[in-house]
Amino acid sequence: MSVDAKPLPPINPSTQPFWDACAQGRLLLQRCGDCGHLQFYPRLLCAACGSRTLEWAEVSGRGRVKTFTIIRRAVSAAFEPDAPYVVALVELEEGPTLMSNIVGCDPADVAIGQPVRVTFEMRAQGIAVPQFEPAA
Amino acid sequence: MAEGPSLRGQVAIVGVGDTQVGKVPELSATGLCIDAAQRALDDAGLTKNDIDGLVTCNSMAEPHMYHAEAMAEHLQIFPSYCVSAGAGGGTTFAVLYQAALAIMHGVCDRVLISMADSLRTGLSREQAMVMQSSSGHPQFETPYGATVPGYYALIANAYMHKYGVTAEQMAAVAVTARAHAALHPGAQMRTPLTVEDVLASRMIADPLRLLDCSLVSDGGAAVVLARAEAAGDHPHQPVYLLGAGEGHGHEHISQAGDLTSSHARQAGERAYAMAGINPQDIDFVELYDCFTPVVLIELEDLGFCGRGEAGAFVAEGHTRLGGSLPMNTHGGLLSHSHPGNPGAMFALTEAVRQLRGEAGERQVANAETALIHAQGGILSSHCTAILGRDR
Repeated sequence: MSVDAKPLPPINPSTQPFWDACAQGRLLLQRCGDCGHLQFYPRLLCAACGSRTLEWAEVSGRGRVKTFTIIRRAVSAAFEPDAPYVVALVELEEGPTLMSNIVGCDPADVAIGQPVRVTFEMRAQGIAVPQFEPAA
Repeated sequence: MAEGPSLRGQVAIVGVGDTQVGKVPELSATGLCIDAAQRALDDAGLTKNDIDGLVTCNSMAEPHMYHAEAMAEHLQIFPSYCVSAGAGGGTTFAVLYQAALAIMHGVCDRVLISMADSLRTGLSREQAMVMQSSSGHPQFETPYGATVPGYYALIANAYMHKYGVTAEQMAAVAVTARAHAALHPGAQMRTPLTVEDVLASRMIADPLRLLDCSLVSDGGAAVVLARAEAAGDHPHQPVYLLGAGEGHGHEHISQAGDLTSSHARQAGERAYAMAGINPQDIDFVELYDCFTPVVLIELEDLGFCGRGEAGAFVAEGHTRLGGSLPMNTHGGLLSHSHPGNPGAMFALTEAVRQLRGEAGERQVANAETALIHAQGGILSSHCTAILGRDR
């Protein structure tokens, strides 16, 4: 595995629309056309009812920090310039949780329960990775 | 769940073997796997040709596409049951009862389970970090740069926030493990620690400090399983498998239903039900201590403490030798060794030695029944086993 650049997501047909939207600055979740369940990450079927009738729904990009850590020792050389950096689980207003970074603030100021909003980090090949910043 | 014939008391562990641990540059991961196997066979009074079942797990430092088959070839044995398992740390005990089922149903008579890796000298530090952190979801976790301590720190922070568990209480887990390792001549880290030492160690991924994290080791261990009726044919006191159970809640921590409890609860309930016993009947435990807070959540999930109470339980000394529930009597992953996926094998061989009464200075008095628990992923896949001196 190359450790020279930050890793890119290995996109597949189920997740391509999600990453396409990220590149346009929009955050999409899957919504079940049968039961209405909203889910993250994108997958082939509804995790609640098993339906394969899934639609894409743009969400607010607002959420709160459910838990977080400050990574003091970077996982690879590509992340060393960012260290110390915050990895968090963010619970979106719409319900689902996703892993992300909290950026745009001192890591020491991040707290559980803190309101955050989505932002995007551009990586190679035009791929944008959703991150979060303090909402206040 | 369907009811089948109970596994309770059907098979026994009749041989155990540990390699040297720590830095073992003279043996590759394959060499360690074979060395562990040979030690367990010697302990059981067997030769390789007595074995008709082989279970291994793959190595990160020296991987084989079909690992168990490669080890069988290396040993020149020709088993009727041969499998390499892969569910992270939880693998070790899951294969224990799967192998027991193979014996019970006549697929084979004697199974050798041997697992080893060479994470300390077989990989560079960066290779080891990147390889271990690749357990993250490739699209939705890995791009954020978390390390394995980072993934567990997400749990630790949520657990401390919810229950007010303190850094001092988590440190007590590491201090207890080190005190036990000091009594184990083969352990990697034997210099006693204090809570202050743990708190003074450098922060790796808040709130986890260096000494809240398990070791990176070379090493391996093996056991031989045989039909209970034949267990008396071997040199040592047989140790019987009384119960086992798995629990699987998620694979990736961002998909966990709960951050402060785990499917260790379901694994434990299944194992207790098979054994027909309760937490009160357990004399000592060997739990999966990859990071200090994981032990606390396991103590709660497995019914030894109420929610949020395990920190105080450990800090008060109940899990020390001589306490009401001695824990990780060999020093655990925190102080004995942690060669990756095989790490919990040392908890298994330690439990067997304790139940045989062969643990020397660290012997648990009147040890008759043990609970061992391993988990893999990020608090993801769990397996509990209950072992005893009597069927």
